Amino acid sequence: MAETIALIDFGAGNLHSVHNALMATGASGVVVTADPDVVAAADRIVLPGVGAFGACRDALASIDGMIAAMEQQVRQEGAPFLGICVGMQLLADKGIEFGEHQGLGWIGGTVHAIEAPSADIKIPHMGWNDVTPTAGHDLLEAGEAYYLHGYHFDATNADDIFATTYHGRTLVSAIGRDNIVGVQFHPEKSQAYGLAFLKRFLEWKP
Amino acid sequence: MTVRIRVIPCLDVADGRVVKGVNFVDLKDAGDPVEQARAYDAAGADELCFLDIGASHENRDTIIDVVRRTAEVCFMPVTVGGGVRTADDARALLMAGADKVAVNSAAVSRPEVVSDIAGRFGSQCMVASIDARQVDEGCWEIFTHGGRTPTGIDALEHAVRMAELGAGELLVTSMDRDGTRDGYDLSLTRVIADAVSIPVVASGGVGNLDHMVEGVIKGGANAVLAASIFHFGQHSISEAHDALRAAGLPARHNS
Repeated sequence: MAETIALIDFGAGNLHSVHNALMATGASGVVVTADPDVVAAADRIVLPGVGAFGACRDALASIDGMIAAMEQQVRQEGAPFLGICVGMQLLADKGIEFGEHQGLGWIGGTVHAIEAPSADIKIPHMGWNDVTPTAGHDLLEAGEAYYLHGYHFDATNADDIFATTYHGRTLVSAIGRDNIVGVQFHPEKSQAYGLAFLKRFLEWKP
Repeated sequence: MTVRIRVIPCLDVADGRVVKGVNFVDLKDAGDPVEQARAYDAAGADELCFLDIGASHENRDTIIDVVRRTAEVCFMPVTVGGGVRTADDARALLMAGADKVAVNSAAVSRPEVVSDIAGRFGSQCMVASIDARQVDEGCWEIFTHGGRTPTGIDALEHAVRMAELGAGELLVTSMDRDGTRDGYDLSLTRVIADAVSIPVVASGGVGNLDHMVEGVIKGGANAVLAASIFHFGQHSISEAHDALRAAGLPARHNS
């Protein structure tokens, strides 16, 4: 039986683009869902997200039972999980963006505004930049991907960082642990590199 | 390396049809924006810009449909401008698959729309589009409605205000240079790029690849927008990337 891939719908702006990209990889079992029961039974879970940390967190938390379903299926049952952009940042303990907001706390760290070290470094970090793997990880290959963010994941444990990129300073490009991975770049907008990444995620057996 | 200089082809769309677009490849329907977008996606464009030049408020669904169909088959970032007047207009485009929305006339008449959009959807998607004409040495004025209507507003002051209100990017078009193929107005681009901490896209007047390189080196732009030199096949996206790299600038490798 084909796997069910739950793409969580909490109103994120990149929801449909992520859906389109997953479909383009040939995935058959993608379900766009706001139903915690579907998430609790999914084989894989994808969390999109763009915009502000607090707004995304509130929208996700406003779906009764959703965070509990994610906790159960990802952290207890070990279903492979992918967070994209703010969907990745939500893995952190907290985010400092228009106030302080609690994150999922799955991966230690805080989401902060990127501070430009000099005037020629423009914020948001917008455009194609490197994905530089820090250690061998099945999902991450060196390449160029599209980034669009003004905030970044400041990780507590260096071991959780799977890949970095450089924009005036080193920034986390991919983070995770065990069956959890989050990427700051947008695979759904990164042409061949991004589609190949999504395909690897759909085949990933952590 | 660091973030790459972006090369952005721009397609003018009116009533869901391309007005000025690609004619260097065999397209079944050269007027279809989606087919044109696919050609640029395949060519490795860093982003695409749709400018809805015929935008009437009654006809918003047409461009939204174009964006939705484009997002189904193109996996590059898309900016959509033209007729975006409210945060709800922006929302409809973003939910259809646009990554950024460009606001022009509405940001002049009602600047708070910029903070509305940035507040609801994030600065990263809020592009302030600025059309300017030189009115004196080192002085540019904002024009709206396709460069026809003077506003009396100083372009530099307006650019700084847009950034303060939460714009995440400025698309700076010289209405003096637009369509001339004489190159960007480098002084205009430079004076704005030096005054803001957000990325600036140079637009208006590209006639050759050197103009793109100058837009970055002399104009201080983070991205270069062009239309006709790509649409007519004079140069490819990868030639533009090569020219940027040859000048020592970071640009993507098209595989």
